[in-house]
Amino acid sequence: MPKTLTINGRAVTVNASPETPLLWVLRDELQMTGTKYGCGIAQCGACTVHMNGVAIRSCQTPISALEGAQITTIEGLGGTHPIQTSWVKLDVPQCGYCQSGQIMSAVALLAQTPKPSDADIDGAMSGNICRCGAYQRIRAAIKDAAGAPAAAPAKAA
Amino acid sequence: MNAHVKSLTPAGPSRREVLAVSATVVAGSLVVGCSLPSLLSMGADDKFGPFGPFVRIAADGTVTVVSKHIEFGQGSSAGLAAILAEELDADWDKVKIVSAPANAKVYGNALAQGMQGTGGSSAVNDAWEQMRKVGAATRAMFVTAAASRWNVAPADLTVTNGVVSHPSGKSATFADLLPDAAKVAPPKDPPLKDPKAFTLVGTDRARRKDSLAKATGEARFTQDVHKPDMLTAMVAHAPRFGAKVKSFDATAAKAVPGVADVFAIPSGVAVIANSTYAARQGRDALKVEWDDAKAEKRSTDAILASYKDLASGKAAATDKMKWQVFESHGSGPPPADGKVVEASFDFPYLAHAAMEPMNCVAEIGGGKNRLTFGSQIPTLDQLNTAMIVGALPGSVQIDTLFAGGSFGRRANFKSDYAVECVHIAKKVGGGRPVKLVWTREDDMTGGYYRPMVHHAVKVTLGSDGYPAHWRHRIVTQSIMKDSPTGGGGLDESAVEGAKGSPYLKATPVVDGQVITPDSAVPVLWWRSVGATHTAFVMEHTVDQLARAAGKDPVDYRRGLYAKAGADRYLATLNYAVDKAGPAPAAGWTRGVAVHECFGTVVAQVAEVKLEGGVPKVGRVVTAVNCGTAVSPDQIAAQMEGGTCYGLGSVLFGQVTLKDGEVQQTNFDTYRVLRMNEAPQVETYIMPSYGHPTGVGEPGAPVIGPAVANALLVLTGQPTASLPFVKA
Repeated sequence: MPKTLTINGRAVTVNASPETPLLWVLRDELQMTGTKYGCGIAQCGACTVHMNGVAIRSCQTPISALEGAQITTIEGLGGTHPIQTSWVKLDVPQCGYCQSGQIMSAVALLAQTPKPSDADIDGAMSGNICRCGAYQRIRAAIKDAAGAPAAAPAKAA
Repeated sequence: MNAHVKSLTPAGPSRREVLAVSATVVAGSLVVGCSLPSLLSMGADDKFGPFGPFVRIAADGTVTVVSKHIEFGQGSSAGLAAILAEELDADWDKVKIVSAPANAKVYGNALAQGMQGTGGSSAVNDAWEQMRKVGAATRAMFVTAAASRWNVAPADLTVTNGVVSHPSGKSATFADLLPDAAKVAPPKDPPLKDPKAFTLVGTDRARRKDSLAKATGEARFTQDVHKPDMLTAMVAHAPRFGAKVKSFDATAAKAVPGVADVFAIPSGVAVIANSTYAARQGRDALKVEWDDAKAEKRSTDAILASYKDLASGKAAATDKMKWQVFESHGSGPPPADGKVVEASFDFPYLAHAAMEPMNCVAEIGGGKNRLTFGSQIPTLDQLNTAMIVGALPGSVQIDTLFAGGSFGRRANFKSDYAVECVHIAKKVGGGRPVKLVWTREDDMTGGYYRPMVHHAVKVTLGSDGYPAHWRHRIVTQSIMKDSPTGGGGLDESAVEGAKGSPYLKATPVVDGQVITPDSAVPVLWWRSVGATHTAFVMEHTVDQLARAAGKDPVDYRRGLYAKAGADRYLATLNYAVDKAGPAPAAGWTRGVAVHECFGTVVAQVAEVKLEGGVPKVGRVVTAVNCGTAVSPDQIAAQMEGGTCYGLGSVLFGQVTLKDGEVQQTNFDTYRVLRMNEAPQVETYIMPSYGHPTGVGEPGAPVIGPAVANALLVLTGQPTASLPFVKA
């Protein structure tokens, strides 16, 4: 049964069954592969997207729960979000696989807390695993972006 | 044999012929006049542009460097590109990087017997001179072209940022000169720059090129591959290592919408479907019975107990499993009145747990033998594929993508997950693309772990407080047993770091032996390999010795390095201690460790405290001695990341078996380091113009013993078993 989702400001019709996790609809049906599969049980954060501006784990969110919601993925940030700019400036990524999720968590953090403390960063980012151990640069890039002029995600609702 | 190999044609070798080639390689006895790389490259495409296999220059002046080493985080592909661009005097902003196709003859790794592959922190070490020469030769082609166009002496020309200039004011870009330069024969031995004149290598401009793609989700990993008509496969694996499929019932699995087929392959039962979610549901619905006859059914507690019995002499070696000497010098009994320090160490199995679980895309049949994935050792992946499909190894095409980490997991002699995908794609046939997806649970329970290890050390101190007699026993599985040559000799990967230690060199009498019992649990190198345990044992033992001798551990090391003539260790230790400053902040306790791994010496001063009984690591001052620093920023990144990887493993990492079944299945049960536990690493690179050595692994093994040494000060208790925090 076709279903309409709002992703990065656009209405998108999908055919997956209602219990299908958003992650697999994004990755397989829509081929929006920026959002990553890491654990499937909301332990690693690689699949983080925003639902109405709040960071959620798409691997544990069935599409039936997303009626009327505004979904933002890494593709929706546009590439020029201050967090992304800081990420590139400090060469945060190593293998890069977790970084979409890290960035989505960081963007949600800054939207709530524009000048986060170390404790704020620990609280918002400890659900995102980076096996390369880029944590130090992730922290630095969040602080760097927090010093930059605040800007809303380019295409976020 | 040589004539037989020559008779093979890329068009259609028989399976027997392919097996003959493979058997030749497997036996390790190479055909006369036919090197391993060229043998394994038979059938590969050898057509390259005018500048050869490593660099292409486009009409718009874009310089594309072909990286023969996979990019899975360490930034080494950018390192290779920077080395080439330095000698080419290219405009770094116009340099792009692509992955090399599989062809060991041209992209082989001199530090890996000529196989094409990445490991042992060898990328920059291996490619340093080669990339310099390619860059210099390409530069010379442009200089020759300009000199001839302007009728001037080549020696009078300079090249800066991709522009060739003459003092007369004439200048031309690489793009302008391209048609002429492409016709110049590349010089064989072009002069290389004086490293003191480098303007890119060793500077902060030598940065990685993939950060934007990885910050926007555009970077493409195996998991992201979508090809027309592609199927997605998952495999049900046996719960115990070494078990086989007895029977299976696919009725429910086949009823799942989207599931296309279910069939047995050597490693389990494959479910193929039109999406990942359908494949997962299909597999969940599958009923399989397993034949456990040859499976490992012991628990890790029992395996470890058997290791301890071997080390203590309670259990005897056998004809098949013998003690082997890894280091022995001097003779005679320990001094009768010397102080004795005994220390033992237990290390658990560890999963690599790279963020991207194992996966592979294969297209087999219909004239295609093609793999698309993060291939860490393309030559082995080609060979293992060739043996299944019946083709020349070199004709197996591999497109290497970014890998979402590996830490050694994607490199193994059996190409386990790639082979699994090839079996499935072969059965599907027709060249139809199949993407094999391992779930996190598959990845974590799938074996190829850092082996479990037991060390037993007994040191007797001489009257000067330094070791006079060092007895060392190591019990662990052999990684090299799975190698094409079958192991058999001393497995260096099990003892490296103990073998060759300056502390053993400084000791008059050393008796070091290793024994490698078998198990069906597959084991593999894990970021820094032997150093994952030997660094811990040597460095934590030395602090226990210093304590027994009543000496400061840093001064004690200095004394040992002086005895051993270990100048690089001494310099690196002193650099770290100097940068750390006189004392830690209030409430923190310092621990120091030093280790050499793959030619790079790393010294760390870690500041540690206990919070609710759990070690918390704050500032970690790191000195790294890695020869010429190609990309200082990426060296720092590897020290930061390696420290986190090592720290997570010693704090929390362990894979345990209960009656042969892996108990950890995902990140809820296999705990890894998170943001709130990450230390602040300061990296100091020792100035050098020496040959560069690797940094991807050497940052990982030092933090563990540094923390243990701090805890020894804090609690008075040595650490005898890892992880620090038991589940």
